[in-house]
Amino acid sequence: MSARGIAAPNRDEKRMRTLVTPEGLALPITVAPRTARAGALIIDFMILLFGIIAVQIAIYYIARGLLDATGFNPDEMSSGALEFFGIFLAIFVFCAWYGYFLVQELGPRGATLGKRLVGIRIAARGGTRLTPEAVIARNLLRDIEIFYPIITLLVLAVLAERGEPIGALGWVATGWFLLFLLFPFFNRDALRAGDIVAGTWVVERPRAKLAAVLSVQGAAAAEGASEVTGVRYAFGEAELSIYGEKELQTLERMLRDSPPEALAAVHATICRKIGWDPGAGDERAFLEAFYAQLRARLEADLRFGKRKADKFA
Amino acid sequence: MKAPVLSSWFGRGQVVAPPDIASATLRSDRFRLERESEWKRLEAILARMEKGGLRRIADDDLIALPALYRTAASSLSVARETSLDAATLAYLEALVQRAWFQVYGPRMGFVRWLRGFIFGGWSRAVRELWLDICIALFVMVAGTVVGWLLVAQDEAWFYRLFPGGMMDSRQPGASREELIKSLQHDEGAAGLAGFAAQLFSNNSAVCILAFALGFAFGIPSLMLLVHNMAMLGVLLWLYNGQNLVVELAAWLSVHGTTELFGIMLSGAAGLHIGRAMAFPGKLPVLDAAAAAGRRSAVVMVGVVIMMIVAALLEAFPRQLVEDTFTRYLIGGTMLVFWLSYFFLYRPAAPEKAA
Repeated sequence: MSARGIAAPNRDEKRMRTLVTPEGLALPITVAPRTARAGALIIDFMILLFGIIAVQIAIYYIARGLLDATGFNPDEMSSGALEFFGIFLAIFVFCAWYGYFLVQELGPRGATLGKRLVGIRIAARGGTRLTPEAVIARNLLRDIEIFYPIITLLVLAVLAERGEPIGALGWVATGWFLLFLLFPFFNRDALRAGDIVAGTWVVERPRAKLAAVLSVQGAAAAEGASEVTGVRYAFGEAELSIYGEKELQTLERMLRDSPPEALAAVHATICRKIGWDPGAGDERAFLEAFYAQLRARLEADLRFGKRKADKFA
Repeated sequence: MKAPVLSSWFGRGQVVAPPDIASATLRSDRFRLERESEWKRLEAILARMEKGGLRRIADDDLIALPALYRTAASSLSVARETSLDAATLAYLEALVQRAWFQVYGPRMGFVRWLRGFIFGGWSRAVRELWLDICIALFVMVAGTVVGWLLVAQDEAWFYRLFPGGMMDSRQPGASREELIKSLQHDEGAAGLAGFAAQLFSNNSAVCILAFALGFAFGIPSLMLLVHNMAMLGVLLWLYNGQNLVVELAAWLSVHGTTELFGIMLSGAAGLHIGRAMAFPGKLPVLDAAAAAGRRSAVVMVGVVIMMIVAALLEAFPRQLVEDTFTRYLIGGTMLVFWLSYFFLYRPAAPEKAA
C-alpha cells in the first residue's frame, strides 16, 4: 500500500485539465510533464538504437560465417546472400523506425515502451476517439522535429571539420532544431508540432489502487473506542465544526501512510485546537475516532447540500 | 509526477477479502463496499484489455464492459456528492478514465485499419485533397519549366541544380552516344534488389520530409517540389540538346509516373496542413490543423506504399527493359492504374465513427 492511491498533495495544479466524457462526466486529467516526455523519448530512442545495432552485429556475424564457409574467397560467395542481407537491413531499419512508435501507440495502452516506463500515454485532445490517422500524423512529424535536424547538424559538423565552408547553414539548422525542441514550452498543454497536427496530447496514465476502507478498522469502527486503553473518544458539535474537507482529507492521507511520529504531531495539533489535553500512547485510536466522526458529520452536511471546503470556510 | 511503480508491471496484488459491509460505520463507506466488487471486476477486465487486446477476454466480460463503465461513472458522480473519502474518489476517477480510454479508445488495430485504408480510405483521402493536388501539380510543372529556362539561359545553373559528380556522363556537352548509354542498363539483375531497397528508403524519406515541412504553412513543401522538378527540367534540357527527349521520358516514365505522383501527393499533403493553419476558416487553428493533419496522414501512408512500388519499378523493369515502347507501356499502365484507383474507385464510405 503506498501513497499512489491517494491524490498527491503537491500535484502540479497547472497541469490539471478537465475531460468531459460523452456521459457528461467531468474527469480530471493531468498533462504529462515535459521532463517525463523527454525521458520517454530517450528511452525509446535507446531501445531502437540498440535494437538496430544488435541486428547489424548479428548480420555481420552471419556474413562472416558465410565468408568462412567459402574459405575466405569472396568470389565463391553467392551475391544473392549478401544482397539479401542488405535488403533485410534496409527494410528492417525502416520498419523499426516507423513501426515501433505506430504499432505501440495504436495498441490499447496508447504508449510506447518508454512512455509506459515513465507512466504516460497519448490521447486525443478534447475527449474524442484516438484514431490511427492521428497516431500516424504525430509520428511522421517527429522526423522533422528531431531526427532530420540532428542528422543535418552532424553532417554539417563533419563538413566543417574537413574545412569546407558551410556558411550560415549551421545556424539555420540549429535554429530549426531549437524551434521544434522548444515548441512544447510555448504552449500550455506542452504540445509538440506533431501533437498539433494530429490533434493529440500526452497525459499521465491513470493508475490508482483502491485503498482500504478506513471506517472498518481501529477506533473508527468501534464507535471511537480505543483498543489500547478502552477509552471511548466522542467529540461534540463544537470540536467537529473546526475543520473542513481539506483537513479531513489530509488526515485521511496521514492515517493511511504516515509513521507514528507524524501522527503524534498531528494528534498534538488537533488536541490544542479543540482544547483537549494531549495524552500519549494512544494517538492512532484518537485520530481514527476523530476522522470517523468528522467525516460522518461533514458527509451528513453534504447530503443537505452544505459543503465546508476547509477550516476557513 | 507520480513515481513509476514497477510492481504494477510484475506483481499482482494479493486479493484481500472485502470487509463486511455492515461493519462500516459510515454510510459512504457502505456505499463503496456494496459496489466495490463491480469496480474490481471492471479493473480486472481493463487490465487484461491493456495487456493483450480483445481476444483474451471472455465474451461475458466484453458484453458487461459498457455497463460496468457506466456503473463506475455513475458511482463516481454519486461519490462526489456524498463521500469525502479522497482515496476512493481518486480511485474512481482513475478507473473511469482508464475505462474511458478503452471504451472510447482506438476502435481497430493496425491490420483492420490497413484493410479499410486500401479498400477505399486511401482514395477517399486523396480526393479530399483535390485542391492541394492541383496546386502541387501546377507548382511541379512550373518548377520543370523554370529549371529548363534557367539552364537554357546559363549553363552554370546545370551544376548548381544537378548534383551529379564529375564522373557522371550526364553533363552539358556530352555526346549523344554517352547520353544513350546512360539510359541503358549496365549490369544484369544482380544487385538490383539492394538498389531497390536503397531507393525506397531514400525516396520515402524525401516524401515524408515534403509532408512534414508543410507545418511551416506549406511553403517549404512547395520549395522542395520546385527544386526536385527543376532537376527534371534540367535533365530534359540536356537530352533535348541531342534530340533524346522521347527516350529520356520513356526511361523516366517506368518508375516516374508512380514516383512523381507520390511526390506530388506528399507535397499536396504538406500543403494541406499548411493551408489549414494559415486559413483555418471557422474552426480554431488547432482543430483545423488537427483535421487536416489526419487527412494528410492517410495520404502519406499511401505515398510510402507508392514509393515501394516505384522503387521496385525503378530497380527491375527500368534496368531490364530497354525498349522505348515497352517502357512507355509500363509507365502509362501505372499512371492509368493510379488515376483510376484514386478518382474512379469510389466504394461507399463506412458510417462515420461517433
